[in-house]
Formats: sequence, structure tokens, C-alpha cells
Amino acid sequence: MRLVLALASLRRNRARTILAVLGVAIAAAMLLDMVMLSTGMRESFRALLLSRGFQMRLTPRGTLPFDTEASIAGATDVTQKLRARPEIDLVSPVLGASVHVLRGDSSITAFALGVDPSSQGDYRLAAGHDATAPNTIIANEDFLRAAGARVGDTLRVAAGFDPQLRTHSGERALVVSGRARFLYLAAGQLAVAIPLRTLQQMTAREDRVSLFMVRLRDPSRIDDVRKWMRIALPTIDVISTADAMARVDERLGYFRQLSAILGAVSLVVGFLLVTTLVTVSVNERVGEIVVMRAIGVSRAHVVQQIVLEGTALSITGAVLGTGLGLVTARYLNTILSSFPGLPAAIDFFLFQPRAAWTAIGLLTACGVLAGLYPAWRAASLPLAGTLREEAVA
Amino acid sequence: MTTLVRARDVRRDYPLEREAVHALRGVSLEIEKGEYLAIVGPSGCGKSSLLNLLGAIDAPTSGTVEIEGRNVGTLGDREVTNFRLRHIGFVFQRFYLLPILTARENVELPMAEAGVSAAERRQRSTELLRYVDLGERARHRPAQLSGGEQQRVAIARALANRPSLLLADEPTGELDAKTGQEIISLFGRLNADGTTVVVVTHDESLARAARRIVHMRDGEIVREEVPGG
Repeated sequence: MRLVLALASLRRNRARTILAVLGVAIAAAMLLDMVMLSTGMRESFRALLLSRGFQMRLTPRGTLPFDTEASIAGATDVTQKLRARPEIDLVSPVLGASVHVLRGDSSITAFALGVDPSSQGDYRLAAGHDATAPNTIIANEDFLRAAGARVGDTLRVAAGFDPQLRTHSGERALVVSGRARFLYLAAGQLAVAIPLRTLQQMTAREDRVSLFMVRLRDPSRIDDVRKWMRIALPTIDVISTADAMARVDERLGYFRQLSAILGAVSLVVGFLLVTTLVTVSVNERVGEIVVMRAIGVSRAHVVQQIVLEGTALSITGAVLGTGLGLVTARYLNTILSSFPGLPAAIDFFLFQPRAAWTAIGLLTACGVLAGLYPAWRAASLPLAGTLREEAVA
Repeated sequence: MTTLVRARDVRRDYPLEREAVHALRGVSLEIEKGEYLAIVGPSGCGKSSLLNLLGAIDAPTSGTVEIEGRNVGTLGDREVTNFRLRHIGFVFQRFYLLPILTARENVELPMAEAGVSAAERRQRSTELLRYVDLGERARHRPAQLSGGEQQRVAIARALANRPSLLLADEPTGELDAKTGQEIISLFGRLNADGTTVVVVTHDESLARAARRIVHMRDGEIVREEVPGG
């Protein structure tokens, strides 16, 4: 009966209820987007790091992956040492370099990864076959489009360019064996993958790599492995997924603060909206409420009915707002994801059911709180005095 | 006869900024079960204040009001609300039906509050609406009913939990003479069927329908009479 009464009260002034629900929906959409923003990029980055199961990245001491030209010497020896450890399941050595695809007098510059195709974790093959032969190359869609090339074509690829002599060095003829999607590279970035040995020869960086990616058989052994690495490989920094996430967290602190502030603002707006509507609605029917109390409806039941009105408003608005929030998040995500230098696979707004439940839960709690004060005030009105005032009015 | 209501030396003051208004100045009154009592007097004489005390929606400043042997002034909010729900029926001048509910739902509201099952609520509301000659208007909302019909729905609502005492404050005040007569007849029928009725009224014909009339002035009972006696 109380729910029937609450819903009937909301239906009594439909236009006002619809407007309030829309207001709550907008607040809910903003809240959901902020909750998604505060966790989305972090979770998206974590998913990206773990997408191929590598829990550790080994870089030259004092560097981050590919942030300098620094490289690790004695790559073969390091690889053997790593592969000899029983805790380690897979080792993927990677060399990063710029390459130039020569087309007559002009050239196209792309980022090249020298990889061991049997253990690589940098790309997913979309067409053709992997670059297992020394004279093959894998490219992404953007590169193929820019070079006007297709799988099967042969390209002249150089690793170095002397601007004074205007000559290229480390030139090779490589056959495009496949097309791939590179996981960690930015959207629109021209990228290729070349067998590690071939790229080392082209760049004259014999037996050097920029990075090792390491996958453990048992991720819980990460601390033991890291301890061993620090002793056995003193010139190398070990970055675990947790380390990387900690650095991401540091850099994303700004986003989280922003989203927390904007999320709090949306909550307050939703709270004020519901409080205002419930207060106005209660003030309009003081007479009815007092008569309900006079005929024996308990104070608790009057409070429950009014709180239900606020809650119903909030839940309806929150559910609508969830849909609206998802639409706006998708739109905002396309804008923010085009930010230069970010991996294409990174999402700013990652939908997680928990985020939606958090937004709906927070707004529902706000709806309950928003209804409590006007409800208690109405249920506590002095009956005789209010009836007299109502009769006079 | 058994005494249903006993008010002893009841005073009710309403504190204002400078001085208190003494709405009731030591009223004592007994109402027997099955009685039909009218309280009359000029505006501001304390009729409604007395009715509010008899209905346990207000507490006396001093004195006691006992209904069915219970001193309602000493009950807490929860207890007194429950007492009103189960023992007292109210009819107001301005009907005060909930406009968002149908006539049937309005009648069922006190029953739902008292925990009566849905099936029993439906059966009893049908009976009550028939009793007040509104069996065909159960699905109508108050806005679709005339003033007299609304007041009859309000009377059916007041009878929902089979109260021992029915209190009515100017029940014909908002009605035309003909419709007022219908309500007066209904109160007569209710009383004849065993309900104790107390009405506060300015309406001479309504007062004359009662078996006892209490005259008030300046917060005191000044005279009692038995119509036709």
C-alpha cells in the first residue's frame, strides 16, 4: 500500500516528476562517467599489460620501455640465463628502432620491433603468417596503407639515415608476410615487426635488445624471481605489472581527483534535486499527511512512504542515467583516446558492472537520505494544530 | 449503559507569544456506548478542541481523557496512533480523502495499516461502500465524486476498522442542505446500528438528530439538553 501511495503521489504531478527524473538521470550519467573514468584507464592499462600473460618487463637500468635509445647488451646470454630458471615460462626479447621504407626518392618512417616470433607478445596477427624467415616483415594496417603495400609485397627497408650524405644504412629487402594489430602502440602509429636477428643486423646493434618481457609459470613467485634478477642481472631494471600499475596510478592521480570532485558534485546535485522535489511535494499535501496520521497511520509508515517517493525517483533516474552515461562515455572515450602517444587499446571509460552498481547505489542512498528530512518533518507535525491551520486555509 | 468516554476537568491551553489561549477550561463529560451526542456552540468556544482530545489527536494541558478505560493522554505516539487506528473513526469537514486513491482504496487505507488481509479489505470495503450507498462508485477517485459522495466515502473510511467511537467535525459544513440531510440520515442509521457518534456542528438539524446536545461557550460546557425531551 505504501509503495502504491508513493508511486501515485509521484504520478500526481507527472511533468514535475519527469523533469526531476531527468535531472537525476543527468547527475547519474555524470556520476557513472566519473566512476568509470576514475578506474577505467587503470583497469584498461592493467588488462593491456596482462593481455599476453607477461608479468615482468626488464629494461636497461634507469629507463622505461622504449623511452630512450638505451639497450641491454649480451641479449643471448641474458635470454639463456632467464630461460634456465624453472619459474620462468617464456622470455620475449624485443628491440625497438625506427626504420625507413624506401619508395623511390622518398621514404616512410615507422617504428619497428625486433622480435622472436615464437615468443613475442607485442602483436596479434590479423592476416598472412608470422615473420619467421629472416627476410620477412609484419606490418599494421596504418603502415600498409601509408606504404601502399599488401601482404606478399617486397619492401626496401633501411634502419639508418645520414641526413648530410642523404644515404640510408642497414638496407634490406623484406617481404610483407602478414598484417598485425600492435597491442602497445598508439592509434595511427606506423608499426612493423621484424625478426630480432634481422633488426639487430640492420641497426648494427648486435646482440642487444631494448626490453625483455617475461612470463612466469606461477605469478605468485614474482618476488623470488625479482630478487634473483637483481643479483644475477645488475644492469637491468625489473618492472613488474604491479610496479607499472603503481607508476600509472601516480600519473593518473590527476584524473582520479578530477573524477572524484565531479562525481561528488553530481551526487550533491542529485541529492538536492530529490530533496527539493520531495519537500515541495510534502508541503503541498500537509493536510493529507496529517489526516493519515489522525486516522491511525503510524509516523514510521508516513516516513517510509515519503522516503519511498525519493527512492523511486532516484532509482528511476539512476537507471536512465546509466544508459545515458554509457552513451556519453563512449563518445568521450573516442575523443580522449585520440590523445597522441596513447596505446590504441587504452580506454579512459571502461564499463565495469561494479561502476554502474556503485553509481546506482550511491544515488539510491542519496534518494533515501534526501527523503528522510522532509518525511520526518511531515510525520512529526502536530495533528490538532495542523488540522486547524488547514481548515482555516 | 457502559461509559465509553470519560473526560475529567480537561483544560487545553495554546501558548501564544504574549499569553496563552485557554481553549478548554475544565470540561468534564461522559459519553455512553451507543450514544449519539452533538456538541454545539459559537465559533471559538472550544468544540473542535474538545473533539480533538476525545479523538486522541491532541493531549490535554491538564485533566484526563479516558476512552474504553484507557487514559489516552499518557500513551506514547506509537500507542496512541494505534489506538486511534483501531478504536476511533474520524470524519472531517473537508473530507480529506487522498485524491490519488480510488474510493475503495481510501476506505481500505486504515485496514491496510491495521494489517487486514487484502481479501478481507476488499470484502469489507465493498460492504462499507454499499452501506453508504456508493457500491457503484468504488473505482472513482474523489475528484469524480460530489461533495456528499466524498463525505460518505470519508464516513466509510472512518468505519473501516469497526471503531467504538465515531467523531465528526462539522461533517455537513461543506455540503448543501439536501446533501447535508443525507449525511444526517446516515449518522442516524449508524447510531441505530450501534455506533457511538459524536458530532461537532453549527448545523441545527444535525444537532437535533442527536440524542443529547452539549452546549459550549468560552471553553466550558454551559448546558446539556435532550432534543424533544
